[in-house]
Amino acid sequence: MNKSITIQVCMGTGGMAAGGSEVLDAFESLMREKNIPAEFKKECSMHKVGCRGLCARDVLVDVIADNRRTIYQYIKPEMVERIVDEHIVGGNPVSEWQVDEDYHKFHEKQVKVVLSDCGNIDPEDINAYMAVDGYKAVEKVFASMTPEEVIDMIKKSGLRGRGGAGFPTGVKWEACRKAEAGQKYIICNADEGDPGAFMDRAVIEGNPHAVIEGMIIGAYAIGASKGYVYIRAEYPLAVERLKKAINVSRERGFLGKNIFGKGFDFDIKIKLGAGAFVCGEETALIASIEGQRGMPRAKPPFPVHRGLWGKPTVINNVETLANIPYIIKKGHEWFSSYGTEKSKGTKVFALTGKIKNSGLIEVPMGITLREIIYDIGGGIENEKALKAVQTGGPSGGCITTGMLDINMDYESLAKVGSIVGSGGMIVLDEDDCMVNVAKYFLQFTQSESCGKCVPCRIGTKRLLEIMDRITKGAGRQGDIELLEKLSNDIKAASLCGLGQTAPNPVLSTIKYFREEYEAHLQGKCPAKACNELLTYHIIEEFCKGCGACLRACPAGAITGEKKKPHTIAPEICIKCGACFDVCKFKAVGKE
Amino acid sequence: MEKRLQGLIEDFKKNEGNIISLLQETQEVFGYIPEEAVYRLSEELDMPASNFFGVATFYAQFYLKPRGKNIITACCGTACHVKGSDRIINSLKRDLNLADEQNTTEDKKFTLEQVACVGACSIAPVVIINKKVYGKMNSDKMAKELKALKEDGNE
Repeated sequence: MNKSITIQVCMGTGGMAAGGSEVLDAFESLMREKNIPAEFKKECSMHKVGCRGLCARDVLVDVIADNRRTIYQYIKPEMVERIVDEHIVGGNPVSEWQVDEDYHKFHEKQVKVVLSDCGNIDPEDINAYMAVDGYKAVEKVFASMTPEEVIDMIKKSGLRGRGGAGFPTGVKWEACRKAEAGQKYIICNADEGDPGAFMDRAVIEGNPHAVIEGMIIGAYAIGASKGYVYIRAEYPLAVERLKKAINVSRERGFLGKNIFGKGFDFDIKIKLGAGAFVCGEETALIASIEGQRGMPRAKPPFPVHRGLWGKPTVINNVETLANIPYIIKKGHEWFSSYGTEKSKGTKVFALTGKIKNSGLIEVPMGITLREIIYDIGGGIENEKALKAVQTGGPSGGCITTGMLDINMDYESLAKVGSIVGSGGMIVLDEDDCMVNVAKYFLQFTQSESCGKCVPCRIGTKRLLEIMDRITKGAGRQGDIELLEKLSNDIKAASLCGLGQTAPNPVLSTIKYFREEYEAHLQGKCPAKACNELLTYHIIEEFCKGCGACLRACPAGAITGEKKKPHTIAPEICIKCGACFDVCKFKAVGKE
Repeated sequence: MEKRLQGLIEDFKKNEGNIISLLQETQEVFGYIPEEAVYRLSEELDMPASNFFGVATFYAQFYLKPRGKNIITACCGTACHVKGSDRIINSLKRDLNLADEQNTTEDKKFTLEQVACVGACSIAPVVIINKKVYGKMNSDKMAKELKALKEDGNE
């Protein structure tokens, strides 16, 4: 008979969307109903955990009975009773609901530092974090290290900013330490604006105390008494958990006046972002905290010299800060044993798009893209062919199938015209049009351009117009060369990182998929994704005359009698693709 | 309006607050930022109204028009985009009879918003209906949810 039972239910944003809280409720009420803890005199606990990576399999539930862990996938509330009866009471795990080999493969090549406690501990319970040596790093720092020693250790670890630019964290801290001022600030940048990236959300939702601990250590190192977390309002769950964590941390005396009795004051405030991508840029972020329009200014002076309200300020990304406690506890040699010569440690990537095992992964820097896609990701969805992997979001570029053995580190990616960025990694297959993908990113950066400098404000607008006409079949000869020239001008002349990198997706797709651009100029979309360039028709031999397309067509372009092949009137068709989506017999063709 | 704004104004004066927080609070109270509220704030705090409008129009989070009873937020992140969020948005627009630039229905029952990324990419495409996150969406599922909401309102 089991002596102890622990049940962990994944409740990140992914887990909640799949019904995580209902599953946890079902466990709680069933266990109570069946009187399980009392009846068996078991030690019994049930709690939520943060993201554990493979969100596509949610709701994931761990049942740990006498130290034996069983992991269940795709759990719904109505499945809970059987788990309780057969596994918890009967002692026999329900084998058909357990995770398969793919799940284990997904984790095999990963190295978890930042995510090591994410998905294992209850993010809303400070004691759970303390039980895994939480706040031990800050204790060690206050007991035995000078600020200079902390900075030295971070420098030696080789940790570089995980937000995108990859600037050495220790060097940034040192510059701020040396700046003379009565007041300094540390800011945690949690304004994860890149579409297709959710590393920071997952870290804050899964282990908010690690970020707070990293901030306290950073504040001590640079001599800051005030800290801010600038977090986007689009992450309500992360905001809520962070608020809770800060309050509890303050109650325990880890934040506030004279923390750890060492005469050092430090406290953290949360600032909600109001939805502007450009606020990920350091100087724009500062303007936004000050209550103004989030517009960047020219650098230098850098924020470490003149930052928030004119005072020296360090801005670190969430993942960077969450690394700090682990480096302090385990030493810089341990941290730098992972990674490549110039890119140390691990990196969290958001692996999404047309990939089988979509989710959050943490891998040593320098791992090959092939390992990520095929060993961890399990290959491409629906047996399609891989076309490219887009990294670094709207500031990044694409990596093609010929470059799969590339090492994922700052230098190697820069060499092929892409970036690590904050860690978004979108897998594209044969059905994706590269011109369309580039246009998508450009639409994003163009609408997020703050408008302060001309090259970005007007340049991205003109770029988008050219891209738009190309995808609509109105491209002109010379457009590709024009795109290249304009892109290079925007990169050279823009004020901040947004404009300087906005043309990257365009340049990168032209470099590797020029033939797709040329095909569009000829009026063809090879991937059959650009609607304006397609015509839809019914393939008579496959059509069963079921009428599904006829009902779905919003334009009334489809006619036909029941059980007889239908037809699409091209002059009425609005090319929305609704018929293609609903047809179960593959009888709608597009050319 | 006077009363509800007065508290915010006093808070602002006491705490040397900033414009973004003040507008966030104003929006919390009214559900959007009414033009009269801005003029009132401008007068009371002796700051040009353009400061407020400047901030309000800069950030995506602020609404200068009243919003619908039900808020549908379609995620347009990269993962959602390559998994067909466009189709969902287009069919929603058709179902709700929304013109190109319009995002709230005439009867103020629905507002359709698009957001850059909600960070739930592994369950793309994602739609948030009245703050509840729905993953792996498609036009069919969306139509069903919409129907339920429409019927709910008729009771």
